Amino acid sequence: MPTQTLAGTSVEVNDEGFFVDAEQWTKEMAPEIAEDIGVPTPLTDRHWTVIDLMRKEYFDKGTGPTVRKISKLSDVTTKELFVLFPKGPAKLAAMVAGIPKPKGCI
Amino acid sequence: MTDTHPMPPAPVAAPIEKVSIIVSKGSLEGIYPALIMANGARNEGIEANLFFTFFGMDAVHKERHDHIKVATVGNPGLHVPTMVGGIPGASALMTKYMEKQIEKLDFPGIAEFIDMIHDTGAGLYACLASVDLFGMERDDLIDELDDIITVGEFYDMAAGGQIIFT
Repeated sequence: MPTQTLAGTSVEVNDEGFFVDAEQWTKEMAPEIAEDIGVPTPLTDRHWTVIDLMRKEYFDKGTGPTVRKISKLSDVTTKELFVLFPKGPAKLAAMVAGIPKPKGCI
Repeated sequence: MTDTHPMPPAPVAAPIEKVSIIVSKGSLEGIYPALIMANGARNEGIEANLFFTFFGMDAVHKERHDHIKVATVGNPGLHVPTMVGGIPGASALMTKYMEKQIEKLDFPGIAEFIDMIHDTGAGLYACLASVDLFGMERDDLIDELDDIITVGEFYDMAAGGQIIFT
């Protein structure tokens, strides 16, 4: 399993770059990950609304939410999600939030 | 004699960057999978365009897109005898059942799904030949539709990507 050093700490990630253990993530790592994967920085409050939701859903349900779920569970619309995390919002938000890739087709 | 030719490197699969999905059928099972494909593409960061032609245009027709039905005749996968599927009301009943399942899974209905796909930044296009053939006007089609285009314009738009026909 590859490792990556973020905010001075070594973390385990899978081949796609998703965290293997969400507990290894800290808030300080988020901006660094965002920059690496092309999410516009600095991260805004709106990014953090999504990031916090990703983690909460992951720890509650065992998988992160899809784009449709994010827009249903928050006040962030689908359109805004594609501005915040342009190349695949659920996937990129999960990466920044340090959780595995969300499962779900819709 | 030893063979000194190096093995050619294994080809690396290039990621899909763009898909153009043609929707030609007007049944629920003809339209819904195409919408899943388009939405899924956008969520993976893949550029996506939907091109509605022939009966598939019902999916972007203002008055019809809320009334898309499951085909109960000539649909062996449904496991309902054609004669039974042909009884008046069979399609409406099966559609109701399917819609209930869709709702139970918290999946969107067709009209909501198309709105959502539009919001993901995917393009929605109708086929000019079909619009002419069915005597439709721009106003008959939903506002989210980006344009009515020719087949040539479609190919220009699809250039460099994958084309999926459903």
